[in-house]
Amino acid sequence: MPSAIEAEDLHKTFTGKQTVRALAGVSFAVDEGTVFGLLGPNGSGKTTAVRVLTTILRPDQGSARVQGHDVVRQAGLVRTLIGLAGQYAAVDENLTGRENLVMVGRLNHLPGSSVAQRARELLVQFDLADAGDRVLKTYSGGMRRRLDLAAALVARPTVLFLDEPTTGLDPQSRNDLWAVIESLVEGGTTVLLTTQYLEEADRLAGQLAVIDHGRVIAEGTPAQLKAELGATVLEVGLEDSDDAARTRPVLDALGPHTANQNGNVVEVTVEQGAEAAMGALRSLDQLGITPASFTLREPSLDDVFLALTGRRTEEEPQDGSPSRRPGAPAPTQGGTR
Amino acid sequence: MTATAAAVPTLSGAPHSTGVASRVRWALSDTWTVTKRNIIGYTRIPESLFFSTVQPVMFVLLFRYVFGGAIMAPGGIPYVDYLMPGIFVQTVAFGSVSTSIGLAEDLQKGLIERFRALPMARSAVLAGRTTADLCRNIMVVIVMTGVGFLVGFRPSTGVAAYLAGVLLILLFAYALSWGFAVIGLSAPNSETAQVMSFPLLFPLTFASSAFVPVHSMPSWLQGFATYQPVSVTVSACRALMIGGPTASWVAQSAAWSIGLLLVLTPLAVWRYRNRT
Repeated sequence: MPSAIEAEDLHKTFTGKQTVRALAGVSFAVDEGTVFGLLGPNGSGKTTAVRVLTTILRPDQGSARVQGHDVVRQAGLVRTLIGLAGQYAAVDENLTGRENLVMVGRLNHLPGSSVAQRARELLVQFDLADAGDRVLKTYSGGMRRRLDLAAALVARPTVLFLDEPTTGLDPQSRNDLWAVIESLVEGGTTVLLTTQYLEEADRLAGQLAVIDHGRVIAEGTPAQLKAELGATVLEVGLEDSDDAARTRPVLDALGPHTANQNGNVVEVTVEQGAEAAMGALRSLDQLGITPASFTLREPSLDDVFLALTGRRTEEEPQDGSPSRRPGAPAPTQGGTR
Repeated sequence: MTATAAAVPTLSGAPHSTGVASRVRWALSDTWTVTKRNIIGYTRIPESLFFSTVQPVMFVLLFRYVFGGAIMAPGGIPYVDYLMPGIFVQTVAFGSVSTSIGLAEDLQKGLIERFRALPMARSAVLAGRTTADLCRNIMVVIVMTGVGFLVGFRPSTGVAAYLAGVLLILLFAYALSWGFAVIGLSAPNSETAQVMSFPLLFPLTFASSAFVPVHSMPSWLQGFATYQPVSVTVSACRALMIGGPTASWVAQSAAWSIGLLLVLTPLAVWRYRNRT
């Protein structure tokens, strides 16, 4: 199967007040008609990779192709093939939904006669028909995001880039948007999606690359990644760190994964949640330890990171400047708790 | 959500031929699309309407009825006739701040990211912004002409000379827009763009011959105040609108505007290309 997107050893360093190595040798390939997920925390280089692939940014080193066309040398051609929707909902606040779509259609050089028709179609498809002639300032976050996606689709791109399409959306809007993306893929569109949410990557992407500090640190199907991780995380909260220290070997013994202690909390990834929970409770009871909390949950991106890198995701500012804060609370959005 | 899978092939957009004629045609078409978008935006931002209409009217009233009585126009001409060409230039100069605010906002909100990923002409973002500002300035000058008449402004040189003055003002404003485009493309956000613009604008518009005769200023200021571009353009417009020797002022004003354009346009384009 031919690759719709190929990235080969992409490097990009931003120089400024601080030098930030946003991409330090990223390579991957996306098959035509599939969804590829780039998973990583803020500042990991996901957005920079998307900006290179969508011709916005030139790589310092390495090359990339969209449907066989080089994103630097054939940028003009690539731009006619792609659609981009971003986490910042890049639509014009002062225009109506329809005016936004018409503007993007004209700038895509679609024939004038078909632009209005296409805008109408998209407004209906994205459930914005009634709001089409309202100025965007009156739109909700979810509506804006849908319009942003609609704008990316005006020229019927064959390759679609979605940079954190659902960040900051409420669960209902997120589900709606996921349904739209799924229907697009059924229609044959290739999608590259960046996300901080394992749940989102799991639901939408067939292939995943986990990216950290500008490098791909793991690649595979969501199932493969989860299998590496174990399906469930067992998290035990204790009264004090002494109890936590005594609990840690108990959870370690559940195997095959190593338990991690973080203050008064000890957690471990397990294959069989219920069985492991019973075993753990039995052992804790024998030791006379009473947990303050006891939780089984789905692994989050943070757990993926912990498993892959031995450290938690760092909360980094958007510009990618590193700010290590060991022990900082992990992001709690995403993952089902 | 009524999303339906659409397995329709890519719409046959206009062929992307590399011919020069076709590229120029698309560049003009894209510029017009962006211009229209900006003009629609202006009409929907209350602050922008305020700055381009209410504020200049307030300046007219302030100088005509509050300060004007204390200012002696040279040659014994009525102060309102002296004032209005100055107000025109000051208004378009203040208005050009919106070029920097608008561009900074488009950058900040990610709209320019979207434009960069579209197969549109690269030049259209800046050209569309400055063209929209030119259109707004034409509207502003028409409104201000009406306001001027209401407060007693009586140009005495005929329609052709008056229009020549207007053209000179618009050319100057267009040149300034490119300068403020550079600021907008250098600022981290629209608020900073605005803050960066005013320290430039105040000396240009107030240390000038726009409101008071330069000979009333301290001697160290007179040189700057006579030959800086706002003063030169105001002097040229006064000559064209209410009489006096025109050739030298008009030439100086045109030279300033064209010179500024030659420097500022490539600078803005360079900032636009290099802004990551």
